Amino acid sequence: MKIIAILFFVLSGTWCAAQKLTAERTFVSFFSKASIEDIKGENTKAMSIFNSETMDIVFSIPIKEFEFDKALMKEHFNEKYLESEKFPKATFAGKVSGFSIETNGDQNVTAKGKMTIHGVAREIEVPGVIMMEGGRLIVKAVFKIKLADYKVKIPQLLWKNIAEEVEVKIDFVYKNP
Amino acid sequence: MKQSLWLALMAFSLPLFSQDDLLKELEQSEKPKVEYTSSTFKGSRLVNGQTVEAKGKGELEFIFSHRFGAINSGSYNLFGLDQAYVRLGLEYGITDHLGVGFGRNSVDKTMDGYLRYRFLRQSSGARNMPFTVTAFVNGAIKTSPQELPPGSIYTDRLSYTGQLLIARKFSPGLSLQLMPTIIHRNAVDKTKEDNDLLALGIGGRLKVTRSIALTSEYYYRMNLKDGNQFRNSLGVGIDIETGGHVFQLVLTNAQGITERAFIGETTGDFFAGDIHLGFNVTRTFQVKRKK
Repeated sequence: MKIIAILFFVLSGTWCAAQKLTAERTFVSFFSKASIEDIKGENTKAMSIFNSETMDIVFSIPIKEFEFDKALMKEHFNEKYLESEKFPKATFAGKVSGFSIETNGDQNVTAKGKMTIHGVAREIEVPGVIMMEGGRLIVKAVFKIKLADYKVKIPQLLWKNIAEEVEVKIDFVYKNP
Repeated sequence: MKQSLWLALMAFSLPLFSQDDLLKELEQSEKPKVEYTSSTFKGSRLVNGQTVEAKGKGELEFIFSHRFGAINSGSYNLFGLDQAYVRLGLEYGITDHLGVGFGRNSVDKTMDGYLRYRFLRQSSGARNMPFTVTAFVNGAIKTSPQELPPGSIYTDRLSYTGQLLIARKFSPGLSLQLMPTIIHRNAVDKTKEDNDLLALGIGGRLKVTRSIALTSEYYYRMNLKDGNQFRNSLGVGIDIETGGHVFQLVLTNAQGITERAFIGETTGDFFAGDIHLGFNVTRTFQVKRKK
């Protein structure tokens, strides 16, 4: 009896794990459009897991890995705005709705959950698209983030350099086992 | 009854926790990486001297430094403001760790050129390195006086500096730096000095807000002969940063801005009021895009 119970747990464990898809390629970018200059940051070091059984989706973005056109932008982004030594990661933990693993083609979905940036956690809801392509599952989303919502302060002097709202794009490719 | 209630509660709360657990799982699956420390100091100058910071690749920094006369020179000289020495300089980042620069200081009409190479970076995570270390070498030529004094040759005007800059960022707010230094002068007054001067500098930065920091720097000269009339240089400053500019307001007993001048030939006594107000203003341009 005991053995059956153990076997059951072990098997159910592996069965569960099979639903957890780990992102093999990630791309996160943000774009700030302001009158003096446009600022673009790109990051390929994010990590993500999508559980196609429970529809849970999580990702974690290392702030220091954002790359910019100018070295000074990266320095200010880390030192003054996102304070990456104190808050090294931006994370999201939420749930996807409107997705069926049985369906092929593009599916419009919504992810709802907790976004943490600069140490500030907020409940957000973002629209996205999930595609199944050659045994891979691709999640794409574009959404806006208001800097003030996450207590990212822009000095008055630089209002013309940095937008109050930045556009974030994510593009995750999961291996479908 | 009680048990089943607990079970039901757990069943309901599970979906809530599962995402956070998944996030934990994600973070645990992360392989340890080398986390490099950045921005140990705001700019390439601490007060008069250098910091470990190298320019980013393709960055060009214009440095305008300025030292007024001594504050204790009286109201006739408007407390030093009537007299000013200037250094104009440029520094370029060849790579993220190797930089080259040159400048001209009106003290002794000195021209200097230098290289800086950051060969160790403070890091944590997969590789633990407690310090950032940068090597700095310069060559300088005094072009004043215009006519060579009788009995001297042109190379007597030259001097060279070698420095190891060893810094640690203890926290986002506090960084300290040690600067063992050797300065070789081709010609000195042999009765008072040796050609080689050894000095040990110590300095630091304390951030007050995210754009303002306090800095200080002291160079202790080690191999002094009796009768040496110069003093150790001491400086304090405030760094203010606005966008691409760093504005450093300094108070120092040194008036020269090249290594030979401020480490080896400072005449002012800080505590007797021989203090020079000065600025270092830097503007950084990205002349070559990173990608």
